[in-house]
Amino acid sequence: MLTISNLHAGIEDKKILKGLNLEIKAGEVHAIMGPNGAGKSTLASVLAGRQDYEVTEGSVEFLGKELLDLAPEERAGEGLFLGFQYPVEIPGLSTTNFIKTAVNEIRKYRGQDTLDAVAFLKLMKEKMALMNIDQTLLSRSLNEGFSGGEKKRNEIFQMAMIDPKLAILDETDSGLDIDAIRIVSNGVNKLRSKDNAVLLITHYQRLLDYIVPDFVHVLYNGRIVKSGTKELALELEEKGYDFIKNEINEDEEVSIAEKH
Amino acid sequence: MNDSSTDIEKAVLKEYEYGFVTNIEADEAPKGLSEDIIRFISAKKNEPEWMLEWRLKAYNHWLKMEEPNWANVKYPKVNYQDVIYYSAPKQKKKVGSLDEIDPELRDTFEKLGISLDEQKRLSGVAVDAVIDSVSIGTTFKAQLAEQGIIFCSMSEAIQEHPDLVRKYLSSVVPVTDNFFSALNSAVFTDGSFCYIPEGVHCPMELSTYFRINAENTGQFERTLIVAEAGSYVSYLEGCTAPMRDENQLHAAVVEIVAMERAEVKYSTVQNWYPGDKNGNGGIYNFVTKRGICKGDNSKISWTQVETGSAVTWKYPSVILKGDNSVGEFYSVAVTNNYQQADTGTKMMHIGKNTKSRIVSKGISAGHSNNSYRGLVQVSKNAANARNFSQCDSLLLGDKCGAHTFPYIEVKNNTAVVEHEATTSKIGEDQLFYCNQRGIDTETAVALIINGFAKEVMNQLPMEFAVEAQKLLAISLEGSVG
Ligand SMILES: Nc1ncnc2c1ncn2[C@@H]1O[C@H](COP(=O)(O)OP(=O)(O)OP(=O)(O)O)[C@@H](O)[C@H]1O
Ligand SMILES: [Mg+2]
Repeated sequence: MLTISNLHAGIEDKKILKGLNLEIKAGEVHAIMGPNGAGKSTLASVLAGRQDYEVTEGSVEFLGKELLDLAPEERAGEGLFLGFQYPVEIPGLSTTNFIKTAVNEIRKYRGQDTLDAVAFLKLMKEKMALMNIDQTLLSRSLNEGFSGGEKKRNEIFQMAMIDPKLAILDETDSGLDIDAIRIVSNGVNKLRSKDNAVLLITHYQRLLDYIVPDFVHVLYNGRIVKSGTKELALELEEKGYDFIKNEINEDEEVSIAEKH
Repeated sequence: MNDSSTDIEKAVLKEYEYGFVTNIEADEAPKGLSEDIIRFISAKKNEPEWMLEWRLKAYNHWLKMEEPNWANVKYPKVNYQDVIYYSAPKQKKKVGSLDEIDPELRDTFEKLGISLDEQKRLSGVAVDAVIDSVSIGTTFKAQLAEQGIIFCSMSEAIQEHPDLVRKYLSSVVPVTDNFFSALNSAVFTDGSFCYIPEGVHCPMELSTYFRINAENTGQFERTLIVAEAGSYVSYLEGCTAPMRDENQLHAAVVEIVAMERAEVKYSTVQNWYPGDKNGNGGIYNFVTKRGICKGDNSKISWTQVETGSAVTWKYPSVILKGDNSVGEFYSVAVTNNYQQADTGTKMMHIGKNTKSRIVSKGISAGHSNNSYRGLVQVSKNAANARNFSQCDSLLLGDKCGAHTFPYIEVKNNTAVVEHEATTSKIGEDQLFYCNQRGIDTETAVALIINGFAKEVMNQLPMEFAVEAQKLLAISLEGSVG
């Protein structure tokens, strides 16, 4: 579904992603972990098409298309969804109206009929039950004055409404209370199917108890330096990132020694 | 780095939708302004002697006045001798009813989305249509008359209801109030007149649609609304003009009188031609609007959506004379390209326990300049006056300007006057968030500005709110890349 090859990207003169490779197949759940500033959100932003970041090398194939050639809204239309680490506020714009516009714009992109008010409300009721989200939240201005947890829940609710092929969730678990983590995880699990995939960015192995990933990757200094299964997350939790750093340093020493 | 401002600057103005010219033969006065021209206008309209004298007095006063220059707008000096002060579409024959209106004229209004056909009209809206200097027809007149409501053109009111006109004309905006009100008094050619009798709740929206068509003409309309005790009326005006390279002058005066317990809601959707993307052409919109809450417990509410005009100079105001009276001003002003707007309000608290509320939302894009100018005045005897003002500015790009000039003069220490102001920019973050949800940038900007302006848009009569929302989006189309 998604193949990232040798991706280099940065902002202004700062190199952030330095040759990143990753393959995600339909039906899989991948988790990316890594220390602060490693480039996790940058990866998410580059995949979603944020223009601040410049891609200097590499390619990203998404469902048979070169993702990097598409505008951000086209990527959304193709089925890519990003749950933001920091969702923005838009005063005066009702959350419901925003989501309705999003759903219908994506439908238009796909050549589907737009949903009328009745059909939209029906869909919304269904997903609200699934995500245990409150009606009053949705009638308020988009994310304005939402608590941290409410913003994150709203992201997952939007994901449910949009029903993407690939959902990238950037620290959606941060700031959620224990019940909310369970609700959000349930929501994600219910949306899991053989046709879609999830990329979770998280700092906490706890989330992975609820959403069990097929693969866990460590992103460090702009690259995926280690991949494994759920056990890798447990190991990281236990040992911290230092053991990864040590491993990398040893590898580099070995390769330097080999060259000589 | 590709930041939002460089994106936002890629301005390509969408063609002004109403910029067409109708080929209608016009009956015009020669260019220029003199006593003779005023006599010509007055004679054309077959006016009584008192009206002519009133005009001449205004003219002689105007000659001694200076054009105001305190507003935050710049434009070349207007040559008042280079303007045509009277232009009327030549009707092929005398019109006995609306059905007999010249088809060309009828088409013009159909093209603007205004049907003069009573059957086809939105139910619940009566329209007076004014083209250049004259009203060409008013709908639903008979139906309104059954309740004693007078809704007609000002010319007709001068003929048919001279006592009312003499009593109230310039009772709120004195002829000598300012340069443009004096000019208007000398040369005004038409406009609307509404009279709502005591206790009558006007059953439909009243609206006037103004259209400038002829070249080199100025439009000087005069509107007067009188709401007797316990009555209610909601009034809406709309306006458009063809695209022309030269600047055209529009100097209107609107007066509202509200007696005790009366309520008048006045909404404007101003969409005069704003000029092209380089700032050529466009309407100079110099307007004086004022209402008086004359009786106790009366209320006047101004709502304006200002998207057009090259230069706007306009301060709809309320004199809160009656005790417990309420004045409101809700405004959205959009400027794009080289447009300049200096607009706001004056709330003059005179009676006791008077309240006023000001909500102003300025949106600037391109190289435009958008100023809010407001005055809240509490006089010595106005015990317990309350005012709340909220002035928010939204910037698209970094070549445009937003300014706020709130003046407060309080002479009674029981007054509570609150003012809040914010300035924000449409952020790259907000646009990207929308884009990521499949919403393109143009649509995202429309969502964001309509959110920003929501509190004001909510004040508009339902029938017009949707149109006004679209208009906001169109005015800013192309202002974000
Ligand atoms: N707009 C920007 N301008 C300058 N530097 C940036 C910008 N965005 C990201 N960076 C830098 O790039 C690096 C990677 O940032 P990124 O947000 O991708 O990290 P992250 O792995 O998501 O970290 P966290 O776990 O704290 O969320 C950081 O050093 C960050 O400071
Ligand atoms: Mg991050």
